[in-house]
Amino acid sequence: MMLKIEPRKNRSNFLEVSAPIIAVFLTMIFGGVLFLSMGKNPFEAIKLIFWDPIMSPTFSEYSRPQLVIKAAPLILIALGLSFGFRANIWNIGAEGQYIMGALISGSIGLALYPLDSMFIFPLMILGGIIGGIFWAMIPAILKIRFNTNEILVSLMLVYVAEQILALASVGFLRNPEGLGFPGSRDLSKYPSAANPELIANSGMHMGVIFSIIAVIVLTYFLIYHRLGFQIKLLGQAPKASKFSGVNSNYIIIFCLGLSGGLAGVAGMFELTGPAGLINIDFNVGYGFTAIIVAFLGRLHPIGILFAGLLMSLTYVGGELAQFMLNIPAAAIQVFQGMLLFFLLSTDLLVSYKISLNISNLNNKKLKSMKE
Amino acid sequence: MKILKIFSLVLSTFVVSGVFASDMKVGFIYIGPPGDHGWNYQHDVGRQAVDEAFGGKVETVFQENVPESADAERVMTQMALSGADMIFATSFGYMDPVINVAKKFPNVKFEHATGYKTADNVSTYSARFYEGRTVIGHVAGKMTKSNKIGYVASYPIPEVVRGINSAYLAAKAANPNVEFKVIWIFTWYDPAKEADAAKTLIQQGADVIMQHVDSSAIMTVAEEAGVYAFGQASDMSEFGPNAHLTAIINGWAPYYVKRVQQAMDGTWKGGEQTFDGIGAGMVIIGNMSDKIPANVRKEAQDLANGIASGDIHPFTGPVNKQDGSPWLASGETADIGTLLGMNFYVEGIEGDIPQ
Repeated sequence: MMLKIEPRKNRSNFLEVSAPIIAVFLTMIFGGVLFLSMGKNPFEAIKLIFWDPIMSPTFSEYSRPQLVIKAAPLILIALGLSFGFRANIWNIGAEGQYIMGALISGSIGLALYPLDSMFIFPLMILGGIIGGIFWAMIPAILKIRFNTNEILVSLMLVYVAEQILALASVGFLRNPEGLGFPGSRDLSKYPSAANPELIANSGMHMGVIFSIIAVIVLTYFLIYHRLGFQIKLLGQAPKASKFSGVNSNYIIIFCLGLSGGLAGVAGMFELTGPAGLINIDFNVGYGFTAIIVAFLGRLHPIGILFAGLLMSLTYVGGELAQFMLNIPAAAIQVFQGMLLFFLLSTDLLVSYKISLNISNLNNKKLKSMKE
Repeated sequence: MKILKIFSLVLSTFVVSGVFASDMKVGFIYIGPPGDHGWNYQHDVGRQAVDEAFGGKVETVFQENVPESADAERVMTQMALSGADMIFATSFGYMDPVINVAKKFPNVKFEHATGYKTADNVSTYSARFYEGRTVIGHVAGKMTKSNKIGYVASYPIPEVVRGINSAYLAAKAANPNVEFKVIWIFTWYDPAKEADAAKTLIQQGADVIMQHVDSSAIMTVAEEAGVYAFGQASDMSEFGPNAHLTAIINGWAPYYVKRVQQAMDGTWKGGEQTFDGIGAGMVIIGNMSDKIPANVRKEAQDLANGIASGDIHPFTGPVNKQDGSPWLASGETADIGTLLGMNFYVEGIEGDIPQ
């Protein structure tokens, strides 16, 4: 007797659409039980996480734009990662590429301080993209030349990037007027380099606009462009793709470059806007969380857009639940984990069914006889 | 019986619905978990002291694991929106976020630990940890047999450099043959890195380890290797019952209770910069191990008492800088400005401060 997972022959469209909603409800129920077991009011906790950031009169005016600000880097990075993941190219080091994008663009901005020019900001965007691509090309080239594992190389380079970031914060990018404390000048207060809200209290900064454009462009690209097709093919049928003339080296360079570039530019927008300055703790894990976002969004650009917003909601709402009800941060992380777990498992159940196979042995025999 | 039940039900409804609501709400923001047995734990001890001191009059809330980034600004804004009257931000990197949020909420009082930027509704506070390091420096100088003292340092900021200098001066005064070996690990909290650094120092012959990083990993390593170490921020003797000589304990409770009281009385002022030491109870020397000879324990206690009363200043001349140039003349004590911006080693320490 064993459990068997097999593909469904008739996939239900209704289930496919409602799976994420069912997952959110399941999270609410099991998360509620978790909060109840800690002696907290589960209804209040769930309301604080999912409802209050969007609708409460006390918080929403501030929280709504914050949702967008927090989602933008997640969406940008996840978009890039999703292409590689489709092609079985696993860039786990987006966090490092995010740091390097911020460092290169920050270095440009700080070197030109206090020059006033409209070219500085675009130059910094370029710097962010190049910084991220540069850091992603290391695992790409090593993979092509020496067949190294890009998971390990890109992950290890995160720690290298963190060391460079620490060095920059206390060394070569340190604010000369900062009394020797770590941290660079505040770029968000340097008009030529700043990335402010375009409309007051909307949360819409250049990075948000950039992510929306990226969603549209990459959706088109995935569906209509030949390269989008080749990426899907390489992931699903590597051998077939080889026969059809797909150059896998080219795809490796492209996917790592795309994810690196987008992670780098996300770092640039974060640096010049919400974060403001280069500091030891500049990176807060967007590069890793984006991996979850990419899968939550089913590796599809539109899905990633919603997944990023949902993830951001659990952060902002989770913070509210923490200090309003004194729920520990670890419990909120468990709650976020539950959300991921239920989303992925409902997703599995949409495309596959689990059957209890009692006469497994007989089936096997039957199969071998047929062959 | 039934009446009692109904009564208690009514009572609990009243409590929940806020009939006995507190007069004041005070928020705390921590960089890590309060369970770290170090920096955050002591801030949380201070928060609990506020709870106890004011009973139901003050409600405290806290948020742990808040990164020093845009997230800090959001957490503080949400706390202020939720009705907090006062917010203690307990890590250096919250400095700019505090200033930004304080601008948006002029009626909320902000207290920022270890920073240097103030405003009409922002005061800062920091502890003279170097006073404690003078005391443990003396103990280290007396306890080392190899004459090599290892020092695991976090970031080359003035506070850390100050600690190394004061510990070295005291150790040197206690034992002229003493030598310092400093390893910079560029993090405040990373048990694995801290342990690695401690192991390296022990391999190089150090038999007393000092630390300016937050975890208890070094204490564990010291216990295994059979060398001595000191508790950082909290008493860490449970991690190294034999290794633990004493600890520098951060005593935030008196300050927190005092500032909340002032806020309630209307005498709280922004723009103030508190820099207290052993005398005010912000730096506490922990229990001394009986591994320390009685006479050394007494010397250390006298040193602490002398610093508390103001008779002894940890930085008293003659002291030269590392390059041999004179810093303090005989009998001269260091001024606060130099201490706050300290970016040089004193004479006798080898190696360079990373730039």
